[in-house]
Amino acid sequence: MTDPTTPQEQLGTLTMLVHRFEPGTDEVPRFVEYEVPYGQDTSVLDALCWIKDTLDPTLTFRWSCRMGVCGSCGFVVDGAPRLGCEQFVRDLGPGPVRIEPLANLSVERDLVVDLEPFMQSLTAVRPWLVPDPDDPVTEGSHTQTPEQMLAFHDYTMCIDCLLCYSACPQVGLSPDFLGPAAITAAVRYDRDSRDHGQRERLPVLDSQDGLWDCTFVGACSTACPKGVDPAAAIQQAKAAAARSWAAEFLLPRRGDRP
Amino acid sequence: MRTLRADVVVVGGGGAGLRAAIAAATARPDADVLVISKVYPMRSHTVAAEGGSAGVVGDDDSVEQHFADTVSGGDWLCDQDVVEYFVEHATEEMQQLERWGCPWSRTDDGAVAVRRFGGMSRPRTWYAADKTGFHMLHTLFQTSLKHGSVRRLDEHLVLDLVVDDGRVAGVLTYDQRDGLPVLVEAGAVVMATGGASRMYAQNTNGAIVTGDGMAMAYRAGVALRDMEFVQYHPTGLPGSGILITEGCRGEGGILLNADGRRYLQDYALGPETPVGSPQNKYMELGPRDRLSQAFWHEQQAGRTVRTPRGDAVHLDLTHLGRELLHARLPLICELAEQYMGIDPAVAPIPVCPTAHYTMGGIETDVTTQTSLPGLFAVGECASSGLHGANRLGSNSLAELVVLGKVAGERAADFASSGGVPSTAQVRRTAESAAHDRLSLMGRGTEPPSQIRDELGRAMDGGVGIFRTREGMTATAQTVAELKARYAEVRVVDTCPVYNTDWATTVELGAMLDVAEATVHSALAREESRGSHQRLDGFGERDDERFLRHSQAWFDPAGPPRLTYAPVTITTSPPASRSYGDAGRTTGGGR
Repeated sequence: MTDPTTPQEQLGTLTMLVHRFEPGTDEVPRFVEYEVPYGQDTSVLDALCWIKDTLDPTLTFRWSCRMGVCGSCGFVVDGAPRLGCEQFVRDLGPGPVRIEPLANLSVERDLVVDLEPFMQSLTAVRPWLVPDPDDPVTEGSHTQTPEQMLAFHDYTMCIDCLLCYSACPQVGLSPDFLGPAAITAAVRYDRDSRDHGQRERLPVLDSQDGLWDCTFVGACSTACPKGVDPAAAIQQAKAAAARSWAAEFLLPRRGDRP
Repeated sequence: MRTLRADVVVVGGGGAGLRAAIAAATARPDADVLVISKVYPMRSHTVAAEGGSAGVVGDDDSVEQHFADTVSGGDWLCDQDVVEYFVEHATEEMQQLERWGCPWSRTDDGAVAVRRFGGMSRPRTWYAADKTGFHMLHTLFQTSLKHGSVRRLDEHLVLDLVVDDGRVAGVLTYDQRDGLPVLVEAGAVVMATGGASRMYAQNTNGAIVTGDGMAMAYRAGVALRDMEFVQYHPTGLPGSGILITEGCRGEGGILLNADGRRYLQDYALGPETPVGSPQNKYMELGPRDRLSQAFWHEQQAGRTVRTPRGDAVHLDLTHLGRELLHARLPLICELAEQYMGIDPAVAPIPVCPTAHYTMGGIETDVTTQTSLPGLFAVGECASSGLHGANRLGSNSLAELVVLGKVAGERAADFASSGGVPSTAQVRRTAESAAHDRLSLMGRGTEPPSQIRDELGRAMDGGVGIFRTREGMTATAQTVAELKARYAEVRVVDTCPVYNTDWATTVELGAMLDVAEATVHSALAREESRGSHQRLDGFGERDDERFLRHSQAWFDPAGPPRLTYAPVTITTSPPASRSYGDAGRTTGGGR
């Protein structure tokens, strides 16, 4: 069988400046320089693993799938939020290249950021399917045409990597802002023809720290590695909230289904 | 030590664990359910499953056919009572996921679509494009959030089961964020920690798939069953091992050797089916073990393609057209582009077999109960008896939810009748185990990454697609040496929080234990069945001696003790296992 540890053809080396911070030891973060060999298919994640295996086992970062689907390995690479497994070293440089933790989230250690605020936001928007209260489907499957799926499908592709939180200026300014991925999760269900939970989610979205914090810079959509377009989701949620107000005003008690 | 209590503890936040947690919370709303996961649940490796999940639909299919495909696919080592339960409940669980919002791909009229899969006699694989595991996992995780009685400890590495008075009393875990050990006293524990294929160098698995739960149960005296059966997925990317879904072939993709020949016709899978007209159980839609074995033969004959990262064959999807590829296989297009620089609409993807799935695992019965009272196991970490000697693609995602539900309900019942043990002895046991594990930090001389790399090479070399006594003995010897070196393993990092140097070293310890069970189980099985194929005079299936499950029992002093247990046969006596035209005329193929 193939031996994946066989050194592939080396294209060169790159100097990486990696953000280090050990709680209890470091007062402030520091940057440590590493010289990393790379080949045609060496990703930033591979490079970090190489550093950990061969130079410094204490370098700390999250990773798992190494194929762009688990969402663990978001870093800021030369100023831009990227998935480490999808950013190839060959496309960087000439160096030194800075590897930093995602911005706008507090740093636990080295490249590991605190995900708890996001987990709370995600839970707060009630990201689950609410059945039709009058006529719930309790057996078999709903019917849903491919066209109906198009209304929300892109929003299901979010991997919760939080590159969008790193990119969003509002997340940095108002720490309680729900943020792009959490709002997108709500909109994903709101726009699902099987769901009847919009009324439950609206008060969370249409609140102090909800979707109105968004100033529509669109940085989230630029940063998204999965083409989810959270900015569009937020705009749709704003429009839906506005329609709901109008409907509430004109047709009391029917504002839940604009 | 920080001590918590829960009625039901679920170890692992992947598909099986989350389904179990939801089931426990639904069956017993007053029960306190705690999911402990070493990663945030949406990072669990279920996320990387691509092709689909099986469940019979349509008038031309039946659970009897799904049963027959699964049993022959497993080369008759399946426990047929388990297969019966599974096929009867798979579709309702797919529908349950649909009602929770899973975005299954649809037909134009709005019904759920199904696709062809290897070894399945009918299209019955539900899919969400080629991100089925991702969508199932996120649907389950988001659904779990609505259950207030399901709490979580995320980024907590479970270190050991705590056993007291002959039953499970809880688990010892380590809080990576706060940097301290935690004892969780539990009425019942569901192990749902996934597979162990990271013990191979070239594999499809994420970094976290390290056999932790298998090793914990094994050390606690539960048998690891059928560990010799390791599935090589026939289509991974050379080097990285990244999975290229069987769904590619379900949609009509073909495999070509270096001469451009659809070589599978030379391995009792033909005759060749027309390009663009895939036929169930023929050619590229044969089962995974047979396809990986065919690759090996082609490689021996020098008919594979050389790539910078090893030998490969070509998976050709070009005839499917860009539109279909982007609709049905968008992830594959992305992966091929990103990791190989290939547009699958214009060029074939080089692929090769890579270690993918452990058919074996923690021995359970059809109710997911293990031999240790209070311990349940489900998903890839378990050996429920469903997959036998070779798992069919799309049966494992379905297993997560079908048996995950059973595990959650059974564990909740057990906890409700047995209570939560809490004794001074439980705490002393946990304190002592915590001390042992934490004392790894800041000592030792043997770099863990070297032990890991050598383990991977030894497993690839000796317990791969084809095996010999000589090769397996060498691997067993290497694993024993590596275990000895592991006693002096070096953990440089002494920081209590997010100490991944230490955590991956703990995981390495689990892989060494599981690897030892795997290679010794393989050595002792002197026959060829399913994914266990021997070249040293044991090339045939031997029902007389080996229509039996192997059981490996942990021995701290050396290799495992091996015993054997009968296979449950209900309606399908062992028969010849055939595909292609041969499968039409024998009982095995239908």
